[in-house]
Amino acid sequence: MLTRLSTYFYQRPLYTLLLFLVPPMLYMVVVYLGSLFSLMINSFYYIDDFSGIIIREFTLRTIAQVFTPAHREIFTRTASMAFFVTIASAIVSFPLAYYIAKYASPRLKTWLLIAVTIPLWSSYLVRVYAWKLILAQEGILSYFINLFGLSGILEWLLSFEGIGGSSLALSPLGMFIVFVYIWLPYMIIPIQTSLERVPNSLVEAAGDLGAKPLQTFRTVILPLAFPGVIAGSIFTFSLTLGDFIIPLAIGNSKFFIGQAVYSYQGTAGNIPLAAAMTLGPVVIMIIYLLIARKLGAFDAL
Amino acid sequence: MTNTPSTPAIQFNKVSRHFGDVKAVDQVNLEIINGEFFAMLGPSGSGKTTCLRMIAGFDRPTGGTINLFGQDVSNLPPYERNVNTVFQDYALFPHMDVGENIGYGLMIKKVAKTEIAKQVDEMLDLVQLKGFASRKPSQLSGGQRQRVALARALINHPKVLLLDEPLGALDLKLRQQMQVELKAIQQRVGITFIFVTHDQEEAITMSDRIAVFNHGKIEQVGSPSEIYEKPASAFVAGFVGTSNLISGELAKRLTGSDKTFSIRPEKIHVNTTEKTTTMDTITLDGVVRDVVYLGLYTRYLVEAEGVDIVVVEQNLKTTSTDVVSAKGQKVRLTWHKDHISRLGA
Repeated sequence: MLTRLSTYFYQRPLYTLLLFLVPPMLYMVVVYLGSLFSLMINSFYYIDDFSGIIIREFTLRTIAQVFTPAHREIFTRTASMAFFVTIASAIVSFPLAYYIAKYASPRLKTWLLIAVTIPLWSSYLVRVYAWKLILAQEGILSYFINLFGLSGILEWLLSFEGIGGSSLALSPLGMFIVFVYIWLPYMIIPIQTSLERVPNSLVEAAGDLGAKPLQTFRTVILPLAFPGVIAGSIFTFSLTLGDFIIPLAIGNSKFFIGQAVYSYQGTAGNIPLAAAMTLGPVVIMIIYLLIARKLGAFDAL
Repeated sequence: MTNTPSTPAIQFNKVSRHFGDVKAVDQVNLEIINGEFFAMLGPSGSGKTTCLRMIAGFDRPTGGTINLFGQDVSNLPPYERNVNTVFQDYALFPHMDVGENIGYGLMIKKVAKTEIAKQVDEMLDLVQLKGFASRKPSQLSGGQRQRVALARALINHPKVLLLDEPLGALDLKLRQQMQVELKAIQQRVGITFIFVTHDQEEAITMSDRIAVFNHGKIEQVGSPSEIYEKPASAFVAGFVGTSNLISGELAKRLTGSDKTFSIRPEKIHVNTTEKTTTMDTITLDGVVRDVVYLGLYTRYLVEAEGVDIVVVEQNLKTTSTDVVSAKGQKVRLTWHKDHISRLGA
């Protein structure tokens, strides 16, 4: 029976191809692109302010609402947070990724990779709330900061408008720390993978030709690992843009894109505006990817 | 720093490199003369590459010292040694074009751009790659990459050039061509070339002197003809070319000493008739076990007193009655007594 079935498909390559492609294509088109499409459609509807009913008529007024100063501020705030989180993740990840890729013994490498990915095994919500406790006024972090007599520096940092607040847990600075922590694995793994593909002989060749370690890094290692940095940054940037849990749990009451979308579709019941706000990150990511392509990030793919 | 003509380019003083219990290089003493084309020959894992890497500075000795023109460089990083390397996989920077690759060393030294361009042009000329400056390494053939790697190293005017299996990745024809070319370039630039190879033929054709490595030690250092004609050990006799080793009772009867000796197959003659022998000739009777006709020469396997002896005879006389063709035929082997090499170990 099984043999006959195998023979049947062996003799009909087209059917075999369809068997492989149709289920994932159906899923992609219907579930994935379909929902994105319905999101876009919704952003062209509007809500009747008086009755709160969604009017299914084509209009650009919902899209126009996205460009009001209040919303523009939300976009700027979220995008700058995403930008700084990405930069910091790359800086923190690179040395560790380099160590894992180039120095660690095979055994140690396995353990380090497990250590990097272990946080992903536990609930993201639990970790965010754990950080709320760590960063709290009487939390463990401030305990250590006081222990080393650095509370002056912390207070100085928290006094800045825009990043500060009454405590780390209630400040954009604390939010930044948590974002970097949460997305770190998504940056380490792509950088480590791209570094694995840089032959050691290239690093040796640079040194052989007179380059000191820092020059080797700048002229050989970084350019060759750059596609990995970009791949990682796509994760950290887009995940920060869309997140609403961390801004909700940590930081002050100022909105981020995710929070705005959440509240518009939830309490306000303004699905069209929520949909229109969601298009923001999509557009920002498209611009980001175009810049990344211009920088040659995909040349090595 | 003394730099008299007698100062060796490279000097190893009891150099060891141990990886845990593995003695990759064990108490090696070696002197390489300035301007020499020197080969480090040996099977894989014999320590030759480790020695090269220690000269380059990619690896540090765990014991002993390495001197470069009299200066102890054992613990200097690669970028502080006036030595350059041509890597086995060429290690060209894939994100730079040929010109940038060759000019890399000068760029690092912050030489002016116009000067770099000028010197890169000279180097491209030297390795016969004029007009290739703007190509990417991925657009080059194996032989061209090899030349770029050579130019990239030579532009820095190193005191010593190291080549790690430089021809290993090339096909036979290109390899023979590059052998000649490398030698010509070395004579033109006049610096010491040290190259690592496992190919005994390559070592013999290219180098002024050869060091034969085995198990982290040097078995013999000498000119190609010394290594071939007078191998110092059974290992050298077997690794460089083919050899017959005769030991024990038979050796004692033939030479008067029971020390093992080696005799090359082409030095032995196969005779079917009773030949008149002189005092200097050693004779041994045997039976032909195998005959392989190879065009230029014929190879015989002769069993004599329980020992298999390989003999190679050039096919000079095509119609001679001397030509042995039948297995089982009784023959007499003769060779000149000066052609044997007594082995130390």
